[in-house]
Amino acid sequence: MTTGLWELVLKGVWTTVQLLVLSALLAAAVSFVVGIARTHRLRTVRFVAGFYTEVFRGTSALVMIFWVFFVLPIAFGWQLVPMWAGTLALGLTYGAYGSEIVRGALNAVDAAQKEGGIALGFTPWQRLRLILLPQAVPEMIPSFCNLVIELLKGTALVSVMGMGDLAFSANLVRLALQESAEVYTYVLLIYFVIAFVITRLMRALEKRLKAGIGRDPGTERTARAAKRAQTTGVGAAGGGAA
Amino acid sequence: MTWDWNAVGDFMPHFWDGLLVTLQALALGSLLSFSLGLVWALLMRTPTRWVRWPVGVVTEFVRNTPLLVQLFFLFYVLPEWGLAFSALTTGIIAIGLHYSTYTMQVYRAGIEAVPVGQWEAATALSLSVRRTWTAVILPQAVRRVVPPLGNYAISMLKDTPILMTITVLEMLGRARLFSQQHFQFTEPVTVIGVAFIVISFLASLLLRTLERRLVR
Repeated sequence: MTTGLWELVLKGVWTTVQLLVLSALLAAAVSFVVGIARTHRLRTVRFVAGFYTEVFRGTSALVMIFWVFFVLPIAFGWQLVPMWAGTLALGLTYGAYGSEIVRGALNAVDAAQKEGGIALGFTPWQRLRLILLPQAVPEMIPSFCNLVIELLKGTALVSVMGMGDLAFSANLVRLALQESAEVYTYVLLIYFVIAFVITRLMRALEKRLKAGIGRDPGTERTARAAKRAQTTGVGAAGGGAA
Repeated sequence: MTWDWNAVGDFMPHFWDGLLVTLQALALGSLLSFSLGLVWALLMRTPTRWVRWPVGVVTEFVRNTPLLVQLFFLFYVLPEWGLAFSALTTGIIAIGLHYSTYTMQVYRAGIEAVPVGQWEAATALSLSVRRTWTAVILPQAVRRVVPPLGNYAISMLKDTPILMTITVLEMLGRARLFSQQHFQFTEPVTVIGVAFIVISFLASLLLRTLERRLVR
């Protein structure tokens, strides 16, 4: 590959990363707002938030992208810059998945913690901010890590709309070189490296957050690994011919 | 905002054609991913790391890279290697392969959840390896495996529109074609958006019923 083509690929990487960061921020905001709304004491608020989740999880991300790019400008007269249109479609869709993570983690906090907050006369907002979220957020990180990787994979969809992200530049380079296998292998490797970096960052974040509330993720992980070794050991004996 | 019911009426015949292709891709893609996933899960339990390691690396790689690019890879590279499939077949292979890397984890968890005593009992009864798997372990693993597999089938449904990019005329492909021919974008795209919500909602209801039955 020539330098010019590599430059094209790098530009694609940059667009992908930008889109990933922007839509991850939007998705995180949506996740927390909708997820917290789903634990609200008013039934109406819970219903609206649940409805949002069902609708946006129910559609396909690509259909959402089509809708934002084609229907929004015609039907409502909102012509968005491609970057924002992509951010909007991806952020709203993956935010709906994220809201389930937030809801699950909030519900998983020991009920006694909430009762303690009530006994101490905290307002609902104080309970959420000072008691529930600090304990729930570290538990969300592994799920959010998976979701961000799903989002990274989702960003490739905007190339269908002609946005110059990594998948799009891959197609351009393929047309220039006629070396499909080579080009796509490189591009898949780049995506894999980005996903790997995300995993590392999220793991570091989890460690920091868990240390902040006096929990050590290290011991949990080794315990889990030990358990896995034990079970696979037994399975391996039977799985010899499998 | 303008909404034209006539356009919806005109689009419906195309919609049913597209739905058929979508469901076909979904059914065959699920079948492929469910069986390949089991193969990966069993390979990951072989005693030699010469098998486990490559399978682990490849599946990890496939799981962490976009389906869209994998689809392009298969669509453009397979013919170069002398394997010419139709666009729909290529799409089914891509979806099946991609999701098999997810289903393998479901199977792994299902197999690990079978109590150790079951393995020991099979050994005590001196069942052969094959009998141990087919008569003891897998039947118990299946119960735990069905609900998450169903969830992945719903995810697969939502990924089928990607096949549009390699000229398969599933629902979104039909909608795009119709829009370009009639210059009406709002109705077809909205119709299939609603269709996806309805289908995945019905599927999740069905899955919940199935789950309740299996747990009993």
